Amino acid sequence: MTVSIINDALREITRVQTGDTVMVGGFGLVGSPLTLIDALTKHDASELTIISNNVGETGKGLGILLQQGKLKKAVGSYFTSNREVAQWYNEGKLELELLPQGTFSEAIRAGGAGIGGFYTKTAVGTDLAKGKETKDIDGETYLLEKALKADVALVRAWKADTKGNLVYYKTARNFNPIMASAAKYVIAEVDEIVEEGELSPEEIATPHLYVDSLIKSQLILTKEGVIDRE
Amino acid sequence: MSKKEMIAKKAAEELAPHSIINLGIGIPTLVANYLDKDKYYLHTENGLLGVTSVEEEDIDPLLVNAGKLPVGEAVGASYFHSADSFAMIRGGHVDTAILGALQVDSNGHVANWAIPGKDIIGVGGAMDLLVGAKQIIITTNHVSKDGSPKLVDECSYPITSNRRADIIITDMATFKWKNDGYELTELIDGTSLKDVEENTTLSYRVSEKLLQKESK
Repeated sequence: MTVSIINDALREITRVQTGDTVMVGGFGLVGSPLTLIDALTKHDASELTIISNNVGETGKGLGILLQQGKLKKAVGSYFTSNREVAQWYNEGKLELELLPQGTFSEAIRAGGAGIGGFYTKTAVGTDLAKGKETKDIDGETYLLEKALKADVALVRAWKADTKGNLVYYKTARNFNPIMASAAKYVIAEVDEIVEEGELSPEEIATPHLYVDSLIKSQLILTKEGVIDRE
Repeated sequence: MSKKEMIAKKAAEELAPHSIINLGIGIPTLVANYLDKDKYYLHTENGLLGVTSVEEEDIDPLLVNAGKLPVGEAVGASYFHSADSFAMIRGGHVDTAILGALQVDSNGHVANWAIPGKDIIGVGGAMDLLVGAKQIIITTNHVSKDGSPKLVDECSYPITSNRRADIIITDMATFKWKNDGYELTELIDGTSLKDVEENTTLSYRVSEKLLQKESK
């Protein structure tokens, strides 16, 4: 499989279709594929299930998709950063699946690794364990959690080579490498695309077999907030 | 020194040198100010081991802690993805987690993720940290804003884990779990045993050492 290098985010985002499940990387805006999210807000796909730690902020990032009424369901660990999520949920216009962050990330890792589910001690005995199967293993109680998978993943990396190998920058890595492994089609937004052979094999965090297409980042996070590169 | 700083300083004194520590949001974040940076390794669940403070001019927008605040990178630091980061936490590789709390009860249960009657739409890493870190230190004000006890007999807020907190440090006192319950081991200067008693519904006993000291 070869990776496609695409300079049109609006065209590439049409890979996302109505009813799809979409993973979106990022911890808040850090490591968030801002250019692809922006393209998604301009694309008409709706009824989407978004798997992302947060639903952006009010009117920002994925928060725009919420306001546009394009989200059917959100799966994540911290929706608190967008107060409108509660409002949409309470009005019955958005389904939510809230998971502890460690369970959320392990479920994505499992989804990419061909594991159907896993047992974790996290959340045992809490409200988030309601309705979930438990199992005692060597005297301790664990909770069964299912893996998460997606139709499309939108991830953010630092550099890619022309083969699609990815490296990440500081804490912008977060959920991106695991999401890149857990979707049928993976679009990586990057700052820079270098020739193959220019990245050291030891530093590659996401090998190219996970990645379907690359686009250069247009919207980037700076100290002054999100800016357009041009 | 403010009350919060005093709590943070006390918490710092409880840490074993060369341990791996995860600091929650709020008072726990202040603990870093009282640690010798060459002796401790700070872990943040968004994917960094080796967190340091950062000067304003060196801020990198893509280098933050779990509270989304800008941080620096220590010599010997490493980055990893979220699933690895939580594997470190759940797997027992983090020595101490210092966390805030809404309530802690006589059984050692901590409630720090949801308030009944308010929208429950976020949990973050609270449940993983409580279940996974080898030692749990809770730092909190002794009473809530309306003056009601936060150290209670049984949590009325949803609990975060079945796992108990090992140490509770407040602006009045320090409690440590010993055998089958909490022991009051230290009073903050200016606080009496009676003050603690009047503001606490959590069951505890006073340590022998403290009883002797207070009866002098």
